[in-house]
Amino acid sequence: MPEPAELRAGDTAIEVSGLNKSFGATKALDQLDLNVRTGEVHGFLGPNGAGKSTTIRVLLGLLRADSGRATVLGGHPWHDAVALHRRLAYVPGDVNLWPTLTGGEAIDLFARLRGGFDRRRRNELCERFDLDPTKKGRTYSKGNRQKVAIVAALASDVELLILDEPTAGLDPLMETIFAECIREVKGAGRTVLLSSHILAQVEALGDRVSIIRQGHIVESGTLSELRHLTRTSVEAETHRSADGVRDLPGVHNVAVSNGKVHFDVDTEHLDTAVGHLHGLGIRSLVSQPPTLEQLFMRHYGEELAEATNGRGR
Amino acid sequence: MPRAAPKMSTRRDDLAGTATLIRFMLRRDRVRIPVWLAALTLGTVATAQSFGDLYPDAAARQAAAQSMNSPAGLAMTGPSHYLQDYNFGSMLSHQMLGFLGVLVGLMSVLLLVRHSRAEEETGRAELVRASIVGRHAHMTAALSVVAGTNILLAVLLTLGLGGLGVEGITWSGSLLYGAAHAMMGLVFAGVAAVTVQITEHSRGAAGLGLAAIGVAYVLRASGDVGNEAISWLSPIGWAQRTYAYVDNRWWPLLLGLALAAVLVVAGFELSTRRDVGSGLRQSRPGKAAASDVLAHPIGLALRLHRGLLIGFGVAMLLLGASYGSIIGDAEEMLGSVDVLNEALAEIGGASIAESFASMVMVVMVIVASIYVVMAALRPRSEETAGRAEPVLATALSRGRWLGGHLVVVLGGAVVMALLLGLGFGLSGASSMGDTGFLWNILGAALAYVPALWFVAGVAVALFGWLPRGAALAWALPVYGFVVGYLGQILQFPGWMNNLSPFGHVPQLPADELTWTPLVVLTLLAAALIVLGLAGFRRRSVEMT
Repeated sequence: MPEPAELRAGDTAIEVSGLNKSFGATKALDQLDLNVRTGEVHGFLGPNGAGKSTTIRVLLGLLRADSGRATVLGGHPWHDAVALHRRLAYVPGDVNLWPTLTGGEAIDLFARLRGGFDRRRRNELCERFDLDPTKKGRTYSKGNRQKVAIVAALASDVELLILDEPTAGLDPLMETIFAECIREVKGAGRTVLLSSHILAQVEALGDRVSIIRQGHIVESGTLSELRHLTRTSVEAETHRSADGVRDLPGVHNVAVSNGKVHFDVDTEHLDTAVGHLHGLGIRSLVSQPPTLEQLFMRHYGEELAEATNGRGR
Repeated sequence: MPRAAPKMSTRRDDLAGTATLIRFMLRRDRVRIPVWLAALTLGTVATAQSFGDLYPDAAARQAAAQSMNSPAGLAMTGPSHYLQDYNFGSMLSHQMLGFLGVLVGLMSVLLLVRHSRAEEETGRAELVRASIVGRHAHMTAALSVVAGTNILLAVLLTLGLGGLGVEGITWSGSLLYGAAHAMMGLVFAGVAAVTVQITEHSRGAAGLGLAAIGVAYVLRASGDVGNEAISWLSPIGWAQRTYAYVDNRWWPLLLGLALAAVLVVAGFELSTRRDVGSGLRQSRPGKAAASDVLAHPIGLALRLHRGLLIGFGVAMLLLGASYGSIIGDAEEMLGSVDVLNEALAEIGGASIAESFASMVMVVMVIVASIYVVMAALRPRSEETAGRAEPVLATALSRGRWLGGHLVVVLGGAVVMALLLGLGFGLSGASSMGDTGFLWNILGAALAYVPALWFVAGVAVALFGWLPRGAALAWALPVYGFVVGYLGQILQFPGWMNNLSPFGHVPQLPADELTWTPLVVLTLLAAALIVLGLAGFRRRSVEMT
């Protein structure tokens, strides 16, 4: 959407550096840095309680940060809250609706308070998400309440969508439709900050990913960048014994039995390892790319062992 | 599967788990119930004890009886039969039973709703019902807890008052006095047992219960001043007609027990006709799209406050009308007593109707202030329920969001004052045949608007700066009620009255109109609101 406002924001939609926020003795955000580029779908990953919602609430000007800098669409989230809110839409992770207002009324309310909205698009979205807008707020299930907020956000003509675990409570069919919608949003050049703990969803939709742990970003980059940090898992059958792979650089967890070999290899050394296998005569080869889950586990698996106040990596 | 399944459910199964649930409820209320019991018992005992100082001799008691024998006096206390022998016992029963009836009713309704409908509304009851718990167990347990609380209250009152050893407060009278409280509590528990079946919301169920208490109180008030038959329609009237410490009649309690039994049976019967979590009134589909008004902050606030505004507005109109209808009787009743007429004329230079109106007006306005606090705390409940957050994440500023609610609250205060003035003035004017009375009363009611705004201001300031303590705003109506209602009966010192915002308002139409307090209250209200808005702008929006 080539609007003058976007030009002001430049190519960075959200820029956060050194953000701190404490609730009493609990440190919710600890020197958090976050960078979301204009036009990308940015996955914001972390388990419950890592500080995702706190970050988002600071970006929305609902919470005041203790220290640090945050810029949203070129503005200050606290001081320019109202002006910014015209240009962004928010879906909370737990949608609470008014018991006496219908879902349709709630959608229109949110969308209108934000500024303009497209009624045709809103009706079309209600149909796509199979949402009955005439039901009262109290009669909706969790998933349907979530749909109300999603439709309201998607029907708004805004530059930035901030989605806090938006698909919690949606069934798999609706999740697929949601993913379609996000792709459309991205196609229209809008920016999306998608907080989630569902790795597959972020993997499918995200251009770049930031992983938050105990209020601090421990990893940030494109998925392929991050994959370089992880290992590819390889399983092969070779004519000659593959014992030699043990001596190759970057190869781990080698297991050899009956002419089959299984090992993990650092992604940067994948070429060498596969070259070595080629020399042995490959009969079959299965290679698993690193999943976000492995990446995630690298940061959070350590947590179990590590003292709780340690900081990533 | 055989078509005719064996009959598996028995009456015993329906009640399975009741004992466990009772223990669980008592554990949840281990603070709440003792506080209620202590407050009611100690308040009563302290009042009984204070009589010795207030009325040291028979002449003082006689004077008290005479001053009570006015329409306003009787409307706020009880039937005039007590006045014939106005000793400490009959004084206690006359002055306190009606008021305590409201409080005991309140306790019963709130406790019962808390343990029945509120549990269903939050979905916790569903979890419990899914375990080995019979379908009537929840209600049976809740009723047992409330009934037990009321019976314990009767015991405590009997022991506390009987043991006081005050002349005229006999053991036999105290036993009946306590039992009368338990009877009223049981009736209103029965009322709540029915109302929780009707609506899906605990707020609605409690509201209907409170309305029933209000109706019972107003019926007895109008009956005690005018036609006594009306008082016999009210459980509070029955309790007062035991004439504890005077005649010690027990049989009116049977009426209450019978009504309570009928209501409880009705409640159980209705509960079998609905699903867990739903009410008898099913929710219907509504509009698929929002109207233009809804997207405006005032329109949104108005929509959210609508139920409260309508409910309270009707209540104010009826409350005013019922007190107004007494006035004609009152003039008639006192018209013949020339001596008293002169005495009253000497005191304030106002007519009987005017002094009656002034006294009753304070009480009605304090009821209206309950609306003001409920409405002014609405933004807080929107915030804690998580509904403020998505709205404040739109282009609606905090000031405009809170401002929308405030317009409704402040406007609502005017509407409430107008409605109670209109109800009171219209029915008073028609019962006396004096149209001018309506205008006097409307003015008298509107004079309280700045005090109501002040109450709203306090609530908003708390919301802005001390959101977790916002409920402290309830102190104003509670204190106002204690000094405005009990203070009039028990003659509290003047400084206590001055601590209440309502104490500074000129008591029209009996008093002269003075503008200074009204202007000062308005300015203070405005300052508090500005303060509250500033506080809300600079604090974080809280998650639940």
